[in-house]
Amino acid sequence: MSEPTAPKPAPTRLIVTGETKLVMPRHNKLRHDAGRGRWIILAPERVFNPDDTAVEVLKRCDGQRSVSEIAEALSQEYQAPLDVVTTDILEMLQDLTDKGVLIKAP
Amino acid sequence: MNEIAPTHVTETAMPDVARVAECATSPDPGTEPALCARAPIGMLCELTHRCPLQCPYCSNPVELERANAELTTAEWQDVMRQAASLGVLQIHLSGGEPTARKDLEDIVRVAADVGLYTNLITAGVTLTRERLAKLVEVGLDHVQLSVQDVDPENADRIAAYKGGMAKKIQVAGWVKENGLPLTINCPIHRQNIHNVPRMIEFAVEMGAGRVEIAHVQYYAWALINRASLMPTREAFMTAAKQVEEAREKYKGVIVIDAIVPDYYAKFPKPCMGGWARGIVNITPSGRVLPCHAAESIKGLPFDNIKDRPLADIWLNGEAFQKYRGTSWMKEPCRSCPRKEIDYGGCRCQAFALTGDAANTDPACSLSPMHAQWQAVAEVESHTPNAPEFIYRRVGGATKKPEAHNAS
Ligand code: SF4
Ligand code: SF4
Repeated sequence: MSEPTAPKPAPTRLIVTGETKLVMPRHNKLRHDAGRGRWIILAPERVFNPDDTAVEVLKRCDGQRSVSEIAEALSQEYQAPLDVVTTDILEMLQDLTDKGVLIKAP
Repeated sequence: MNEIAPTHVTETAMPDVARVAECATSPDPGTEPALCARAPIGMLCELTHRCPLQCPYCSNPVELERANAELTTAEWQDVMRQAASLGVLQIHLSGGEPTARKDLEDIVRVAADVGLYTNLITAGVTLTRERLAKLVEVGLDHVQLSVQDVDPENADRIAAYKGGMAKKIQVAGWVKENGLPLTINCPIHRQNIHNVPRMIEFAVEMGAGRVEIAHVQYYAWALINRASLMPTREAFMTAAKQVEEAREKYKGVIVIDAIVPDYYAKFPKPCMGGWARGIVNITPSGRVLPCHAAESIKGLPFDNIKDRPLADIWLNGEAFQKYRGTSWMKEPCRSCPRKEIDYGGCRCQAFALTGDAANTDPACSLSPMHAQWQAVAEVESHTPNAPEFIYRRVGGATKKPEAHNAS
């Protein structure tokens, strides 16, 4: 059905692992909603409401740091067990990636 | 639909607007009711009712507003500024066909400058590559492109517009080349429901991040054309299963949002996420409505943005106050545990079918009208030959049905 474009590889699901480096594409916007006193992510036809932990993770998803590095930093900062932090944020990041909020860093 | 992401992030879906009359899928815009009750998060801007297409399910009112009544550029720009200071987060620029406004760029520019997330809802057929690039340059964030069917001839017939499909494929390509996210919106009804899996595939091929399988909601033009549009329960069930399969297959590739037809649901949707709760709608001439179909409720007075500030209308306008919250409800809603979940359904539908907007939406299985109402769908969806479409055009509703061929 698609017109002149050369055959593209079929898009596939990104599975997030410790090595993955994630970034928020420019059309999604993490910002503080002053009027409602909370953080939000503005995305196509959606508003996501991340809690404080999620905001800390998302701010670190800069395309440079891997998920493991982020988990380590947070585990030290909040003195929480690394395996707990890792499991927790992997689950969250996989879900946000599935929803197109985050993408793999180019 | 999955509303809540695991543990740390909750999600609010915007009601899918324009093409198909629609309702929010998640009623709670946030955690602090006191604040969230105060400001809408989304604003639908019907910039114009002009449109080159004539879809027989169009959610615009049957009485279309004329071009010479439309707000000016400066007035729309002022609406954007007012919306941002009120606390609106996202705006949906729709119509009619919003690109029919030559000043769309000027409106988007101001909206983006004041920090609003801008979503263009278009049928695409009149868009050019240059124009889209310009819109992106001034700050457009997202494009929602409607597709009437994947079969080009059927699509032409449904929209009474020739050659739409080829144009849409082009537009989808331009959206992607500009790095913008794309949603494909497919209004679903009796005459294209067999193509649901192909529509999802098409959206994936086009590189869309999101596709709406949006069953037509039966207000406005769609109500006039209900007998031509209502799918059978069996067809609906098949399509629902196909959507589930596609969700598995395309997990992480595309988000599929499905909007269920009321007639086959047990409970109504929280229309607009609750009346005057999360969404405000502005008509081409500046009338401020709690829902794009609200004018169908006779006797409800509406304010115009030209006469009164947006915040004041939102907080105190009579139409907004009338059905806000739950205190206006009658039985069975009044004592129902779901009343803060679905807010008693759709006021416009309650009015259209019972004559009183404060009644329970007949879409609810607890409504005394429910059985009778569902029977209508049963009968209409099984008529062997769907009646001819009554196409959406100025004065069209009073004309005789047209031949099926696109003009
Ligand atoms: S006629 Fe079709 S394309 Fe035009 S506004 Fe109505 S639904 Fe949209
Ligand atoms: S009775 Fe009213 S509140 Fe209860 S489920 Fe039906 S529409 Fe919703």
